[in-house]
Amino acid sequence: MARQLDVEGGFAPQATTAEPTLATGGLRRWWRRFARNRGAVFGLGVLLLIVVMSVFAPVLAPHDPLAQGVGPPLQRPSLDHWAGTDSFGRDLLSRIIYGARIALVVGVVSVALAMAIGVSLGLAAGYYGGWLDIVVMRAMDALFAFPIIILAIAMMAIMGFGVVNVIIAVAVGFIAPFARVTRADVLAVKEEPYVEAARLAGVSGPAIIVRHVLPNVLAPIIVQAALRVSGAIITEAGLSFLGLGPPPPTPVWGSMIAEGRNFIVMAPHVSTFPGIALMLAIIGLNLLGDGLRDTLDPRLRR
Amino acid sequence: MLRFVLSRFGQTVAVLFMASVMIFAIMRLIPGDPVLMMLGDDFTQDAYQRMRTKLGLDRSIVVQYVLWLGNVLRGDFGDSLLQHERVSILVWDALVPTFVLVLASLVVGMLISVPSGIVAAMRKDSAWDYGSMGFAIFVYSMPAFWKGILLIWIFSVYLGWFPAMGYVAPWKDFADAVWKLVLPALTLGTFFSGLVARIIRSSLLEVLGADYIKAARAKGVRQAALVYRHALSNALIPVVTVIGLQFGALLGGAVLTETVFSIPGMGRLTVNAILNRDYAVVQGTILAGVLMVVLVNLAVDLTYAFLNPKIRVA
Repeated sequence: MARQLDVEGGFAPQATTAEPTLATGGLRRWWRRFARNRGAVFGLGVLLLIVVMSVFAPVLAPHDPLAQGVGPPLQRPSLDHWAGTDSFGRDLLSRIIYGARIALVVGVVSVALAMAIGVSLGLAAGYYGGWLDIVVMRAMDALFAFPIIILAIAMMAIMGFGVVNVIIAVAVGFIAPFARVTRADVLAVKEEPYVEAARLAGVSGPAIIVRHVLPNVLAPIIVQAALRVSGAIITEAGLSFLGLGPPPPTPVWGSMIAEGRNFIVMAPHVSTFPGIALMLAIIGLNLLGDGLRDTLDPRLRR
Repeated sequence: MLRFVLSRFGQTVAVLFMASVMIFAIMRLIPGDPVLMMLGDDFTQDAYQRMRTKLGLDRSIVVQYVLWLGNVLRGDFGDSLLQHERVSILVWDALVPTFVLVLASLVVGMLISVPSGIVAAMRKDSAWDYGSMGFAIFVYSMPAFWKGILLIWIFSVYLGWFPAMGYVAPWKDFADAVWKLVLPALTLGTFFSGLVARIIRSSLLEVLGADYIKAARAKGVRQAALVYRHALSNALIPVVTVIGLQFGALLGGAVLTETVFSIPGMGRLTVNAILNRDYAVVQGTILAGVLMVVLVNLAVDLTYAFLNPKIRVA
C-alpha cells in the first residue's frame, strides 16, 4: 500500500505516492479541491457543452449542416441563421454544432491511442530498465524532436486525408510525452516497499506493473491526457486549415475558418464564429487540464 | 562540465540517428513506386530494371539506408520532381524566412511576457495578476491561424495600419521587413508570451521566497530593486528551458502563421510539396525541422549548464 500518512501537512511527502491517489480512494477529497478552482470548473463546463453538442447535434442544429442554399450566401447573422451563412448558403451554426463532433472524436480518440501506446512503453521501459529502457527512450527523444504539425503533415502524405488518418497522425505525435511522464514516475514507484514485497512474493513482472505500479502513476498520466486533448484538437484544426484534414463538405472548424479567410472583408462572420467555437474549446480544455494538474499532482500543488 | 557536454553531444547523435531511421521509414511507407513515378507511363522492362539499380532499390534495405544516410550527411536531399531544383536549396531558401519569423516572435514574446509576468508576481492575487494571467491563457489558447486572421481583419483591413501579407528579408530592407513582420510576429509571439508569462510568474514567486532575497529585503532593499537586480535573472533561467521544449511547437506555429500571411517559408514549401506529392521535398523539410529542434535543444541544454553553477563546476 502507498504511504497514507500525510493528509494536510504533518509529514513531508516522501514519494509521489505519499498522498492518497485516485486508486487509493482520494476521489472525494480531490473533488473538493477541484470544485474550488473556478477555471477548472469552467473548463469542465465547456467540455460538457462540447459533448452535449456532439451527441445531440441532430436535435440542436437548426438546419442540415450539408444542405446548400438554406439561406442566401454569406448572409450576416440573423434570427433565422444565428451565425449567418457561408458562401454556399449553408447554415453556419449547424455546421459549428456538427463540427464539435469531429473535434471531440479526434481530440479524445487520438489522445487515448497515444496514451495506450505511450504508457505501455513507459511502463515497460521504466520497470525493466536496461537496454529496453535506453532504446525506447532514445526513440521517444527522436519522436519528440519532430514538430507535431510537420510530423502530422507527413503522416497525412503517407495515409491520405480523412478523419481516421488525422487521428493516427495526431496520436503518433503525442506518444513520446506519455512515455516520458510514465517512465519518470515508474522509476520512483518501483523502489517502493510494496513493489519489492510483490516481487519477493513471486508475482510476475506484468502483474506487478498492472496491479501495483500503474495505479500509482495514474495521476500524472490523467493530467497529461487532459492537457493533450486541447493540443490534439488544435493540431486537427491546423491540419484542416491547411486543407489536409477530413475532406469537404465535412463540417470541421479548421476548414471553416480557412474558407472564411477568403471573405474576411465582405463577411468576417464566416471565419469568426467557428474560430470562437474553437478558441472556447481550447481555453476550456486548457483550464481543465491546469485544474487537474494543480489538484491531482502532489508535487505541483502549493 | 566537459563530461556533461560530451554526453549531451553523444545523446544528440543518438537522437538524430533514431530520427533518421524514422524519416527513412516514413519515406519508404509512402505508397507508390518511385521508379514508376520517375519513368512516367511509357517504359521498357529493361529501363525499369536499370532505374531500380541506379536508385539502389535492388539492394537490401540496410544498404539502402546507409546509402541514403550518406547522401543526407553530404547535404544531398535529392531533387524536387516539380521545381527542377536541388531540395537542399529549396529547403534552405524556405528555412530563412521561417527562422526570421521565429526569432521575431521570440522577441515579441519576451517583450510581452517579462513585464506581465513581473506584474503578476509582484501583485500576486490582485486584479493585475488575474488580468495578465487571463490574457496569457487567452492568447496561448488561440489557434495561431485564427489569431492571424483576426489581426489581419483588425489591423490591416479595418485600421489599415500594417500590411496583411508578404515577406522581405531584413538584410535587404530592414524597415520594410519589420513593417511586414509585425502582424505575423504578433500572432506567434503572443502564443509564446502566454506560455512564458506564466513561467516567469511562478519562478519569480519561487525566487522571491528564497533566503538570499529575504536577506536583501531585511537589508532594506526596495521591492522594485529586489526584483530587477536580484530576482529576475534567476527567474529567467527556466525560460531558456521552455524555449527548447517548445521550439517544435513554435516551428509548427510558424508553419501555420506563414500560411496565413503568405510568407514563403517552410510551411508553404511543405504543404505544397505534400499536395503535389513531391516527396523528396517533404523529406527535406522534415529533416530540416527535426535538425533545428534537436540543435536548439542542444544549445539550450549547454546554455543552461553554463548558467547553472551546479553543472558548470561539476
